[in-house]
Amino acid sequence: MSVAPPLSGHPDRFARPSAVAFIGSFLAIALVVWSFSGSELSAEKLIRGIPYMGNILTRMFPPDLSRIEQIFWSLATTFQMAVSGCVLGLILSFPLAILAADGLSPHPIVRTLARGLIAFFRTVPDLIWALFFVIAVGLGPAAGVLALMIDTIGYAGRFFAEAMEETDKGPREALSTIGASKTGLIFSAVVPNAMPSFIATSLFCVEKATRASVVLGLVGAGGIGVELKVAFDLFDYDTALTIILAVFALVVAVEQIGGWLRRRII
Amino acid sequence: MGSIQQASATVTGTQAPVIAITELAKSFGSRCILSNLVLTVPAGQSLALIGANGTGKSTLLRMIVRLADADSGRIAVLGEEVGSLRGARLKRFRSRVGVVFQKHNLVARISALSNVVHGVQSRRPGPRSWLQALAPADVRAEAMACLEAVGLADKAMQRADSLSGGQSQRVAIARMLMQRPELVLADEPDASLDPRAGREIMELLFRLTRDKGLTLVFVSHHMAHARRFADRIVGLADGGVALDRRAEACSEAELAAFFEEPEEPAPAEPAAPFAVPVLA
Repeated sequence: MSVAPPLSGHPDRFARPSAVAFIGSFLAIALVVWSFSGSELSAEKLIRGIPYMGNILTRMFPPDLSRIEQIFWSLATTFQMAVSGCVLGLILSFPLAILAADGLSPHPIVRTLARGLIAFFRTVPDLIWALFFVIAVGLGPAAGVLALMIDTIGYAGRFFAEAMEETDKGPREALSTIGASKTGLIFSAVVPNAMPSFIATSLFCVEKATRASVVLGLVGAGGIGVELKVAFDLFDYDTALTIILAVFALVVAVEQIGGWLRRRII
Repeated sequence: MGSIQQASATVTGTQAPVIAITELAKSFGSRCILSNLVLTVPAGQSLALIGANGTGKSTLLRMIVRLADADSGRIAVLGEEVGSLRGARLKRFRSRVGVVFQKHNLVARISALSNVVHGVQSRRPGPRSWLQALAPADVRAEAMACLEAVGLADKAMQRADSLSGGQSQRVAIARMLMQRPELVLADEPDASLDPRAGREIMELLFRLTRDKGLTLVFVSHHMAHARRFADRIVGLADGGVALDRRAEACSEAELAAFFEEPEEPAPAEPAAPFAVPVLA
């Protein structure tokens, strides 16, 4: 048995926070407190709301299946919106991602502009895009498709660009040494190596678009969201529950199939 | 290195030089890698570049295909002034020089055949040279012939990331052959392989370049490979050429001197003996 070394030689378990870390922690806590104070959320309100919540839940059960066929077709429209908006977004985000990718973009100014556009598309919420396109192209699924397309470009554009930047530089250099063009280099060396990330991102985009497409209907961009809004506006809570369960089934199905495809392909 | 410098003797070729380098200098920050380097390589010669790490062997190969720029000096390769090449002219020039890297640099997720098809990109640009499935019949046939030349025709449709290190390097050589180069540069093609695979790769590279009458410049840390597969050995040290002679005239000891550590003073005795834990 060896002799235990003196404890004084051990480092402290926790480092003493620096002044900056201390001020940072204080500001973070202050931010949380300030946010709650502005939310007007109180225990009293929650307690007062419980009977109303109970009333809504009671009126939701059992779910009303009399309009199930109409709900099914609205759900199908929602899914069509999600898929078409997503596909358009993925197609457009690919060239934009090349322009935004470090080492592939033709010029630093082009890269900055492409990155700025992608960031702008991503930071403006999809609901705002839906409101914009409802005004531009009118009520209905077309507005939803365009909103989802923009939202997908914002999301996929960034991840596609990052995936291409992270690919192995060796094959790129080898093809460059052969005398390949930049386009040849991108499609021969970069795209095949980034393909797993492209597939994963695309599947996440479909899942994200499916969830988003439900909400977009609330502002008139077509699909099941319109049905849900009408049901709530008419206090038709049992139909609303049927719609919520149908949406839940669709989102879970898309996520499960997406996960299965990711495991199979990647 | 003094004895090596004394023993050096320039090997003169009779044919027009494929590579002519004069007064070449290259530094990385304050560290001088090459200074006043002069080197001429005649057509059809197999030349081994040797030297310790950091003596500028790989940098020199990179500068020959303009993957790196020289600080000063002149590099003329295949009749082109490398430093003045830009855009399409640089691409055309690069297509004439085949490079085999230490790491094979294959595109991992596609087939060996598709990787070989990439070799045609400078001659036949466009989507039909991106993948074997899109390639015209004559390109596919030539790529298969290149794979056959390196003994891997049966692995044509296997994904590159499923091949062994030696097989991957063979595919890289097939890709280089597909390029139809006039000059071949190989940067330690035997480095990341086991001794047998490394020797086989060097034999293959030497045989293929010799059969086609191509000029080969390779970097190697294996002195046996340098002596066996090179007509001429050039040793780099202290920023320049410290040895330049026919391979058969180089002795093992002479070449080994390039990799010897400079003698250091013996470490001083420790002030106190190390404490040994006592077991109870």
